[in-house]
Amino acid sequence: MSTDRGGTQAPERIEPSYPKDRTTLGGPRLGAVGWARWVWRQLTSMRTALFLLLLLALAAIPGSIFPQRGVDPVRVRRFFEDNPDLAPWLDRVGMFDVYASPWFASIYLLLMVSLVGCIVPRSRQHWEAMRAQPPRTPARLGRLPVHRSVVLDAAPDDVVAAARAELRRRRYRLRAEEDGARTVSGEKGYLKESGNLVFHLAVLGVIVSVAAGHLFGWRGEIIVKEGETVTTGPSAFDTLHLGPLVDPDDIPVYSLQLNDLDVQFEAEAQGAQFGQPRVFRGVATVQEDVSGSPSAPRTEEFAVNDPLGISGTSVFLLGNGYAPVVNVRDADGQILFSDAVTFLPQDNTYSSEGVIKVPGADPALGFVGGFLPTLTFDPEIGPTSSFPDLVDPALVLAVFEGDLYPEGRAQSVFSLDTESMDQVLQDDGTPVSLLIRPGDELELAGDRGSIELETVIRWGGLMVRHDPGRIPALVFSGAALLGLGLMLGVRRRRVFVRVTPATGTPDPAGDGARHTEMTVAGLPKGTDPGLDELVEQVLERIATASGGRVVTDKDDS
Amino acid sequence: MTNTTYAVASDYFIWAAIIVLAVAMVAFSVHLAVTGSVRQPRALRADARTPVTVGAPGGDADDGAPAVPGRAPTPSRRWGVVGLQLTWLATLAVVAGTALRGLSVSRWPLGNMYEFTLFTVSFVLVVYSAWSLRQDRLWLGAFVVLPAVVFLGAAKLSWYTEASQLMPALDSIWLVIHVTVATLSVALFTLGAALATAYLVKDGAERKGDVTGWLAALPAGRRLEQMTYGLHIVAFPLWTFTLIAGAIWAEQAWGRYWGWDPKETWTFVIWAVYAAYLHARATTGWSTRRSTWVALAGFAAIIINYTVVNLLMTGLHSYSGVSS
Ligand code: HEM
Repeated sequence: MSTDRGGTQAPERIEPSYPKDRTTLGGPRLGAVGWARWVWRQLTSMRTALFLLLLLALAAIPGSIFPQRGVDPVRVRRFFEDNPDLAPWLDRVGMFDVYASPWFASIYLLLMVSLVGCIVPRSRQHWEAMRAQPPRTPARLGRLPVHRSVVLDAAPDDVVAAARAELRRRRYRLRAEEDGARTVSGEKGYLKESGNLVFHLAVLGVIVSVAAGHLFGWRGEIIVKEGETVTTGPSAFDTLHLGPLVDPDDIPVYSLQLNDLDVQFEAEAQGAQFGQPRVFRGVATVQEDVSGSPSAPRTEEFAVNDPLGISGTSVFLLGNGYAPVVNVRDADGQILFSDAVTFLPQDNTYSSEGVIKVPGADPALGFVGGFLPTLTFDPEIGPTSSFPDLVDPALVLAVFEGDLYPEGRAQSVFSLDTESMDQVLQDDGTPVSLLIRPGDELELAGDRGSIELETVIRWGGLMVRHDPGRIPALVFSGAALLGLGLMLGVRRRRVFVRVTPATGTPDPAGDGARHTEMTVAGLPKGTDPGLDELVEQVLERIATASGGRVVTDKDDS
Repeated sequence: MTNTTYAVASDYFIWAAIIVLAVAMVAFSVHLAVTGSVRQPRALRADARTPVTVGAPGGDADDGAPAVPGRAPTPSRRWGVVGLQLTWLATLAVVAGTALRGLSVSRWPLGNMYEFTLFTVSFVLVVYSAWSLRQDRLWLGAFVVLPAVVFLGAAKLSWYTEASQLMPALDSIWLVIHVTVATLSVALFTLGAALATAYLVKDGAERKGDVTGWLAALPAGRRLEQMTYGLHIVAFPLWTFTLIAGAIWAEQAWGRYWGWDPKETWTFVIWAVYAAYLHARATTGWSTRRSTWVALAGFAAIIINYTVVNLLMTGLHSYSGVSS
């Protein structure tokens, strides 16, 4: 037998008349329309799709090398400080906003156009192919990539019938042949092309869903202390990012009380794992639609990996830290300040920084410094924290007095503007430095009153998000996966059988047997190493079913 | 809770596997050399008769198995078989080491880079071993054992992390789903890259008409290329699934399904490059050689994702577990 798939020529295959290579196109003299067509064909060719895919991959890389404004603006600022010469140049070509840059957008927009230009004609072709009959049996089966001939001792019509039955049994779609024709043509595996179209359409769907999520979605971040209740709304969040097409009034209004936060850290394992977070979950009481007709409050647990779903938004527990509860009294013992103050963790040991502002004192007082959940003294940097949990918590503060808000300027609650303030000094002239443990109350030098660390509670960093593109993106992703499975898993094959009464051949055995020559040939789409075996099996089964003994294996002769 | 006995046993199994694999590597290399030197005359004769033999289907002769009695002395398979048996042994050791690691911390052992590598190598070796039971794959052994040994060695020497519990962001059923499938597809891409390399080398020699030495022990270039493609079309949907499952998990853990975190970016880059490979292969005008280079570029991206991105780039996915 000879199934010379390894010849020098590229084997013939089932191919749609789809532009796979357009470089040969385009005559020397093209009008405007001609040029437009030429450009369109270039753009929708496989070659271009391939090039754009590679380009997209390449273009995504800088965003993983340089910090991105959309991901981590603080690191971008630091990069500017560290590389004052280089950064502006990188910024000019969008290296800090790669995924929002025009050049990145132009690549994926071209890819989308190419995708549409590719799907539309292919869908039409496929639709027609599915309704059309399999093609006529080619005149010379010997030219197909896989073929095999035998001479059988059987009646030609029986062989044809057996061939049709065999292919039908294998669920091939058969061509209705004219009466008396001794050829069978069958095709199978249309789902491959359907899968291809579903996949490419779904990829388009995912892109559109993601875009819709960006346009119509929003997210807000907010810090909530244990026991505190927040009510959502456009002004409730510490930061709020609205998509370009979002009306702030559409943000649902509900209240959320953070009842409790449970945070635990690795205390056993040593090395890099020591102090890593291990448990992080919270309990919240939620009441929906508080501005309209409030629902009954419900209490739910939530955690990292387990967000709350409230009024079409998702509430994620993302960060946590400590809020020391501080009381400041004046010299007469009158309370000037009493609140839990949010301190922001700076590293994995939760060494935190924060500011306590007491505008009610005269002059106003400002405390700035650190909260250390597990106090340790480092010979070089002084007091620091060695473990993120509350083993030996302490506040370490410097004290300033003067004007807290010079010229009424607005300020962050996490920083102290000391421009119009003076550091409070001890009698010996050195700056006051307070170290306060829970339960301690320290007198401030110079009869300025006292400060007390009552206790320490935790705060949780919540993110509230509404993303209408999320579910469509998921559905399209599922469809893409399904389409991919079909496109890569299904084999599209044509199988042809031709039966000829071998009248002219001398009877080699001389026993008067009926000599019928049968050729089975297969045509694959793409790579199909299993086709040889299929042709082999089909041939053998037909031979057996038609009751014919193989007289000669033509290809061996 | 961490069970130290299991953790220590796991470490011993992995060291043992590295040693056994190194010996297997030697055995497989000798196998290639022996088979190549015996086959050479026959291979040359076969070349003269192309395409009959080269293109023959059902391909035992094609798959590198000794065949056609009477034409040439059948090369000794002893070295290859020894290599294969050692590989089976190492497979058991790596799987046991990975399982013990999981037992020692009572969780799925995929919490850091070290464990990720153990899982990947387990898959590489299991897939190869299973394949070798069904078909003669002695010639492939060296190409598989080499990356397995390199991965394990790097994991042991540079990425070793003490057994411990997970951080909360990793404590999710999606860890099991997303990362298990990721390791499986990385394993298949690794095998795919091994075959791609074999194809490029063999094909280069075939072009020059200079198939000598150990190269003669490999199957024909065309067959190698088909196997390369066959592995990639299994690995690619798995990687697509990894991407989707990762997005679902990111949505739950961080509140957004896609944020161009370095790890996410590289997962996407890998996906796009392999999609380009599949396209290249279907594009007339792109030779299979050139397409195969695209597949190797995809594997290079996997290696970068595994090393540079895990260790050097700052992002939410900073759980390599390796202290800097
Ligand atoms: C968004 C990016 C795209 C991705 C991820 C993608 C992915 C794929 C994959 C994985 C295959 C399977 C190839 C195989 O059977 O081995 C494929 C096939 C194909 N793609 Fe795409 N594709 C994309 C865009 C495009 C575009 C823009 C076009 C149009 C020019 C296109 C046209 C095709 C065609 C015609 C095939 C069938 C090839 C064949 O088997 O003959 N694709 N695509």
